[in-house]
Amino acid sequence: MSFDFSLVIDSIPKMLMGLGLTLQLMALSAVLGTVLAVVLLLMRISRRWYLVWPSVTYIYIFRGTPILVQIFIIYYGLPQFEAVRDSIFWPILREPFGCAVLALSLNTGAYVSEILRGGILGVDKGLGEAAAALGLSVRQRFIHITTPIAIRLATPAYSNDIVSLMKSTALASTITLLDMMGIARTIVAETFAPYEVFLSLAVIYMVMTFFIQKAFGRFERHMSRYLKREN
Amino acid sequence: MAQDEKQPVIVLQNVDKHFGSFQALKNINLVVNKGERLVVCGPSGSGKSTMIRCINRLEEHDGGKIIVNGHELTGNTKDIDAVRREVGMVFQSFNLFPHLTVVKNLMLAPRLVRNTSKAEAHDIAMALLERVKIPEQANKYPVQLSGGQQQRVAIARALCMNPEIMLFDEPTSALDPEMISEVLDVMVDLAKEGMTMICVTHEMGFARSVADKIVFMDAGEIVETGPPATFFDNPKSERTKKFLSQIIQH
Ligand SMILES: Nc1ncnc2c1ncn2[C@@H]1O[C@H](COP(=O)(O)OP(=O)(O)O)[C@@H](O)[C@H]1O
Ligand SMILES: [Mg+2]
Repeated sequence: MSFDFSLVIDSIPKMLMGLGLTLQLMALSAVLGTVLAVVLLLMRISRRWYLVWPSVTYIYIFRGTPILVQIFIIYYGLPQFEAVRDSIFWPILREPFGCAVLALSLNTGAYVSEILRGGILGVDKGLGEAAAALGLSVRQRFIHITTPIAIRLATPAYSNDIVSLMKSTALASTITLLDMMGIARTIVAETFAPYEVFLSLAVIYMVMTFFIQKAFGRFERHMSRYLKREN
Repeated sequence: MAQDEKQPVIVLQNVDKHFGSFQALKNINLVVNKGERLVVCGPSGSGKSTMIRCINRLEEHDGGKIIVNGHELTGNTKDIDAVRREVGMVFQSFNLFPHLTVVKNLMLAPRLVRNTSKAEAHDIAMALLERVKIPEQANKYPVQLSGGQQQRVAIARALCMNPEIMLFDEPTSALDPEMISEVLDVMVDLAKEGMTMICVTHEMGFARSVADKIVFMDAGEIVETGPPATFFDNPKSERTKKFLSQIIQH
């Protein structure tokens, strides 16, 4: 078997035409998923059973099922219900892009919520006690002490999850979207050269992972600046 | 400082506290008058921390009555908030906010709890850093300070709220020996200024020279109470004698 470099040179620019879509899927889902994660987290730590229970169930379901299955349920399953087709969400759910963003956001929300909760549990209890002894309210303690420290503690795991999300965007190609993966599959169908095409695609994803990790590494160093012993 | 008219500011009456089925405090009775300095000692696990943490409601007692500066501690958040504003606390492990500079550690509570202006909070903070003799560390982060310096910042942070009562829970136990005196010096100064203080400590030199009254606890009970001279030289209970002999050996 021979390796056709000209095919690599040809296909990379074509696949990069899907980069915009991949980035859109990732960025939108990251933002929406993180907002959802914060809501789920606040419900989870509220100590009110009627908020805790839905949050725990939601997280359990979305972490316990494959994201591909979630995408298919949303894309193929939901339109079968008339209520969905009549709802204001139909313009979004009718489009594969809307379905992909929805599935990725719902999934990211579940994972990131647990990551943030881990950050909160990692904050030294003594700090909250010191703040309480100074007269700060529960809310003030949460905003001024717990949150900034929890964000630092959660950043490495959060960064891993965003990398996962970026890679999961490739699943959008299964519901007709022409992201980088979707374009790659089209090229393979025309050229019958899966090896060259998918290997090139893998390299592109790897470069993206590299930059995401770099960016978060910077953010983490910024958040940890107060841990450096020397000035 | 002996006062003619004694004004009780901390009163514990028949206080009990359980952790599950374990009873950490058993029928504690204690009165601290304004300006009095109390030292609490006793073996590890005897309930010293639990007792002083009940005074500012970091722990909730489940029997008896606690009245601090006229506020009885029940479930009522107004009373708890009032007590916490009027009572400062210093912990064994410093508990400085690691993400804030020293001066911001001091400014946080006045800004949030008392709505003090930024400029005024800064002035108060700097004045207190002068008082604990580390104004030059104002813009460092806690991790960049030695243990003794961190504990002095923690004392200054509590003083920023202008408390009438100070609670110290083994403030020197986590320190290297050479740093203990710099923290004790600050506490001695506070005592001289007439601050009402409860100090859990095993620094017997400090207890002897500063305390008006020493309380010895064992197994959740107050076993013996007395002025330092009587307590050290003529302890009544066998448990106190045994404890003192262990302390003085090292
Ligand atoms: N949060 C807690 N949960 C369960 N047991 C506790 C808790 N805090 C303290 N205790 C127990 O209560 C007893 C008294 O503890 P503490 O007041 O910390 O003692 P001391 O400060 O005198 O060393 C110990 O036996 C300790 O194990
Ligand atoms: Mg203790």
